[in-house]
Amino acid sequence: MILLAVTMALSIAVGVTDISIGTVWESMFAFAPESTSHAVIRELRMPRAIAGALVGAFLAVSGAVMQGLTRNPLASPSIMGVTHGAAFALILTIVFFPAVSNIGMTAAAFVGAGLGVILVFAVGSFSKGGLTPAKLALAGVAIGGMLSSLSSAISLHFQVAKQMSFWYAGGLAATDWVSVQILLVAGAVGLTLAVLISKSVTILSLGDEVSKGLGQNTFLVKALGVIVVFVLTGAAVSVAGTVGFIGLVIPHVARFFVGSDYRLIIPVSAVLGSLLLVLSDIGARLVNAPYETPVGAITACIGVPFFLYLARGEGRGSL
Amino acid sequence: MKKRRFSFVMAVLFLFLSFMVLISLNMGVVNIAPLDVLKTFIGQGTDRHELVLFNFRLPSMVLALFVGAGLAVSGAILQGVTQNDLADPGILGINTGAGFAVILYIFFFQQSMAMVSGVGIYILPLFALIGAFLAAFLVYALAWKKGVNPIRLILVGIGVNAGFSAVLIIFQVKMNPQDFNQALVWLAGDLWMGNWNLVLVIVPPIILMIGWTIYKSRTLNVMNLGDSMSMGLGIQVEKARRTFLLLAVGLAGLSVAAGGGIAFLGLVAPHIARRIVGPGHQRMIPAAALIGAIFLVVADTIGKNIIAPAEIPVGIVVSIVSTPYFVYLLMKTQ
Repeated sequence: MILLAVTMALSIAVGVTDISIGTVWESMFAFAPESTSHAVIRELRMPRAIAGALVGAFLAVSGAVMQGLTRNPLASPSIMGVTHGAAFALILTIVFFPAVSNIGMTAAAFVGAGLGVILVFAVGSFSKGGLTPAKLALAGVAIGGMLSSLSSAISLHFQVAKQMSFWYAGGLAATDWVSVQILLVAGAVGLTLAVLISKSVTILSLGDEVSKGLGQNTFLVKALGVIVVFVLTGAAVSVAGTVGFIGLVIPHVARFFVGSDYRLIIPVSAVLGSLLLVLSDIGARLVNAPYETPVGAITACIGVPFFLYLARGEGRGSL
Repeated sequence: MKKRRFSFVMAVLFLFLSFMVLISLNMGVVNIAPLDVLKTFIGQGTDRHELVLFNFRLPSMVLALFVGAGLAVSGAILQGVTQNDLADPGILGINTGAGFAVILYIFFFQQSMAMVSGVGIYILPLFALIGAFLAAFLVYALAWKKGVNPIRLILVGIGVNAGFSAVLIIFQVKMNPQDFNQALVWLAGDLWMGNWNLVLVIVPPIILMIGWTIYKSRTLNVMNLGDSMSMGLGIQVEKARRTFLLLAVGLAGLSVAAGGGIAFLGLVAPHIARRIVGPGHQRMIPAAALIGAIFLVVADTIGKNIIAPAEIPVGIVVSIVSTPYFVYLLMKTQ
């Protein structure tokens, strides 16, 4: 938590114009409306840092819940088609209803997230031999590939490809206080629910039979888990685009630290996810300053080696 | 009898392909009636028709044919060598690797996508090949753990693919908007340069490699029986596997240089071929090559005409058409 606070302060301080940590402190506790740095901090840097922290937390918690429910070490929002589905719905909305409000876009992202996850799950559950990690990854690649092909066809046709692609690659540059409000509302619902079901997820992660034997309503837990994933991922994608791999990597790291109890994994994932995304966002601003690098590219550079490590079957819960 | 049936199937496929080529050649912004296409071919067309056909449509048609065939054969080899039905140069990250190298080349050495010309046309496929081999090497090396297990190979391929895409997007967003659009189109799969020079550079090696693969196809049959069996039958398995992998990667690299990142074609064409002519590689590979060519010509025709005058990149059409089939295969295989 302390580390997170420091990183966020750093994130507020770092940018095209460097602002000292002291000024950041002043702007918070002795706000001077006439100072440009103070205005930059209040209107741009602060919402960006907060949104980054929330998006990171949401993606990590979604990933943790998905991995717990499916007992699949590769389950995560970007692999399971959730982010691509949300992105596809958003592109449709932006192209066909350009006047839509922020709330409307978030709603579209929820619907799209649902569409993606239903498609991938359907493929998985209709296959012979069930939803093995390899099948899940392939189904995710296929559905994700098709949805993003459709998205690029649409964005090319309507000549909004570059904006779309930047957003598609994930970025926090456009966040403002409205995005933070949306995230806070979604977080209040999603994170609370996630914490409430965390004990049941732990039991479910031992297997369906064990869970039923202990008198648990597996269907209810799964349904609530899916709602958590929709709400959190939908909100995250509508604000930050498709930031991949956080939901895949962080739950594994959390499990490494605190063991297999989801009552601990979920909060720890949230904090670690925030930390990773805020750090990546700082990286996104610094790598090629003064231009922004898509933050999704940065998280992928961290996430891909980890994915390969899991794919080689060397991590916990090996394939 | 079986042999005759095979010849019959190949003849039907070939006729269908010729028919599609003819249809495709007469469609486009300038419509040329099929009869006029034929007339132009035998040298009796108008100057305008000649210009459109010989300078624009025919070179991209030839490229489409060989890119389709190249990807299909590459997929057939990969499926045979890895003994995994879901292998494909796109899924294994080879296409993205080639695309990555090409984008780097354009980014650093050429002013813009539209300006690739002169020597560039000869260097571009070279870069695509280097990228393809780099990706293939990475995937193979990372999946190596006392041998290469097919599932691990595919998963590692997905990971390497994601890695290349991530680095790619960093360069892509630094391009100017027009280049960016072209790069995006090309990465989605697009026969972007209907150009006789490119045909000359790309097509002969593709023909050679496909020919060599067909010539050696019996080895692939034996390898399908498993490593110990093929060693017993006197095949040096590791050496043969390496040769075939080099062929597959080479075919994919050249195809990407001309056609961009066309996904799933290398996966679907061999499956359809296996359905029609059975699993023997000496028949399956030529059939797959024809089916791949048909597939790409049809997809290209659809992409160019469905929302004309705008165009949908051929790779997007391929991906939309073949994803359902891939999903079907995925559900069926154990």
